[in-house]
Amino acid sequence: MAGNKVIEARKINKFFYSPAKTQVLKKVTFSVSKGEFVSVMGKSGCGKSTLLYVLSTMDTDYEGELYLDDHLVTGRSSDYLSRLRNEKIGFVFQFHYLIHEFSVLENVMIPGLKLNKKPREELEHIAVEKLKIFDMYDHALKKANQLSGGQKQRVSIARALMNDPLIIMSDEPTGNLDKKNSDLVFGIFRELVQEFDQTMLMVTHDLELASKTDRTIEMEDGMIISHR
Amino acid sequence: MRFTLIVEIAKALMIARIKQTMVAAVGVTFSITMFIALLGFMNGLNDLLDGLILNRTPHIRFYNDIKPNEDQPINLSREFKDYHNIIRSIKPSVSRVSIYNNEAIIRTLQEDARVLGVAPKIAVQVFFNVGNVDIPGVLNGVEVEEENRLFAFSDYVVAGDFMDLRYTSNSIILGKGAADRMMAEIGDYVQVTTAQGNRLLLKVVGYYQSGLGELDNLQSYVSLNTAQKMLGEASSYITDIQVKLHDFNLSPKLAEEYRSTFGIDADDIQTVNAQFETGSDIRSLISYAVGITLLVVSGFGIYNILNMMIYEKMDTIAILKAIGFSGADVRNIFISIALSIGFFGGLLGLVFGFLACLGIERIPFETEALPTIKTFPVNFNPKYYMIGGIFSLVTTYFAGFFPSLKASRIDPVEIIRGK
Repeated sequence: MAGNKVIEARKINKFFYSPAKTQVLKKVTFSVSKGEFVSVMGKSGCGKSTLLYVLSTMDTDYEGELYLDDHLVTGRSSDYLSRLRNEKIGFVFQFHYLIHEFSVLENVMIPGLKLNKKPREELEHIAVEKLKIFDMYDHALKKANQLSGGQKQRVSIARALMNDPLIIMSDEPTGNLDKKNSDLVFGIFRELVQEFDQTMLMVTHDLELASKTDRTIEMEDGMIISHR
Repeated sequence: MRFTLIVEIAKALMIARIKQTMVAAVGVTFSITMFIALLGFMNGLNDLLDGLILNRTPHIRFYNDIKPNEDQPINLSREFKDYHNIIRSIKPSVSRVSIYNNEAIIRTLQEDARVLGVAPKIAVQVFFNVGNVDIPGVLNGVEVEEENRLFAFSDYVVAGDFMDLRYTSNSIILGKGAADRMMAEIGDYVQVTTAQGNRLLLKVVGYYQSGLGELDNLQSYVSLNTAQKMLGEASSYITDIQVKLHDFNLSPKLAEEYRSTFGIDADDIQTVNAQFETGSDIRSLISYAVGITLLVVSGFGIYNILNMMIYEKMDTIAILKAIGFSGADVRNIFISIALSIGFFGGLLGLVFGFLACLGIERIPFETEALPTIKTFPVNFNPKYYMIGGIFSLVTTYFAGFFPSLKASRIDPVEIIRGK
């Protein structure tokens, strides 16, 4: 499984300043290799979500160094980071965050349209392919707010895949779903890793879910306490 | 592609909040409509009022003023040459009121490229003899065709044909006020006596009404020949030369130039009628102020609606940023919303403004004083439509600028964590 490091964090420190200065991440160092399915696990408040936002490049207020695809991204301009997120990182959140004004197909296409490297027709074709993976093609022309929770989550995974990202990051992707949908979504993740060699980083507090991943990083009080 | 994506998202957001968007656009439409209607109407009135005086006033008038001789005899005396002479009770000298060598002057003026036209004139002081009453008046001897071309003479001849003045010998177009006083009908004869005592019977061929009552009571028109005949002067006798320029802003300069060249007095329109321009300027200023106020108010409407939209669409903004939209992209989305409200609202406003102007132009407006005006005057100068269009875009841009700046600064982490 070991290959190139897709993402690497070196001695990440992060502080929250209000109400008082508290250190939420303490010298967090780890890396994720290509094709790995890694989960970050810990109790609520241990800093795992904070870590994910630092890794996602959306939060830039930290100390330490972050490498994406062997390039240093710490300290780069926000425009550069926006482009980087668009091209190389896919997100799946606990709450699906689809854009309700657009159809399912358009929602999936938006990252591709934003990247602006392929003509619209081709993007549409790619988006249809992605939706087919998740059996969501039948709903392609529905508005996003006409879907059920599980369906929305599947659409947002399809959106995360749109630009064939280096890595997909997800924050409690099943946290808001029932058992059946939760299994379905996790099954999709597994499938993506196995069949498409997709790199995955998942934050969860669910021990059972974490145990099914290739590697689990356990966190407590802002520190990594074990790699498994 | 990237631009179309931003527009597409902006469109989707607007459609999602179509009612509020419409309200904002209607605000812009209303203010632009009022702006156009107000400026069109105001400037129509301005043009009318200015025209009342300025159309009929020559841009430059050459004449010989009645004034004391500058070379008083004592100044010529060698004996008192080095003295400081004080002379009391000087009277104006008998200088000729006619312009010397006027044909040459007229020819020179006509050859000047800046000059639109030249019309000679003779002013004659007369009395109209009605029964045993003498009514004072001024007869203007004019060259009928030139007078009409340069000063829209025919517009103010309210009865009769103005060309009769030229074709009928010893004819007169009476001022409306004077005619009413004398109860002179068209076709009647009136007897006039000049200040020199010459008497003449003149046939009334029309009425003249300028809209300025004082003028209509006093002034009447005869042809140049008739005036010369009345005074017993030769056909070279002229007391005034009226000049109209292509650009009347040049009049002070030209007046100065020819005053020294010809050695006669010259008045320019800007010095004589400065107050008219001040009046029009202030009226335009007021209408601009009202129009801009309306636009600013509608700008606040847009500001509010965009702020609300951004508040409601925090999640959308957060996710857009998470999937790679930069702050500038988000800002452009909201600015394009504001600008399209401004553009379509403004465009409709221009159309409605034009229709409103057409409407105003049809409202009857008849007044004794203004014989040529039957409906309200409206100015359709495209300039106001340009200004209105630009203003609507500029104000909506600024109204959208601050909310969109706020949207661009939204931290997606905060929104996503906040759940």
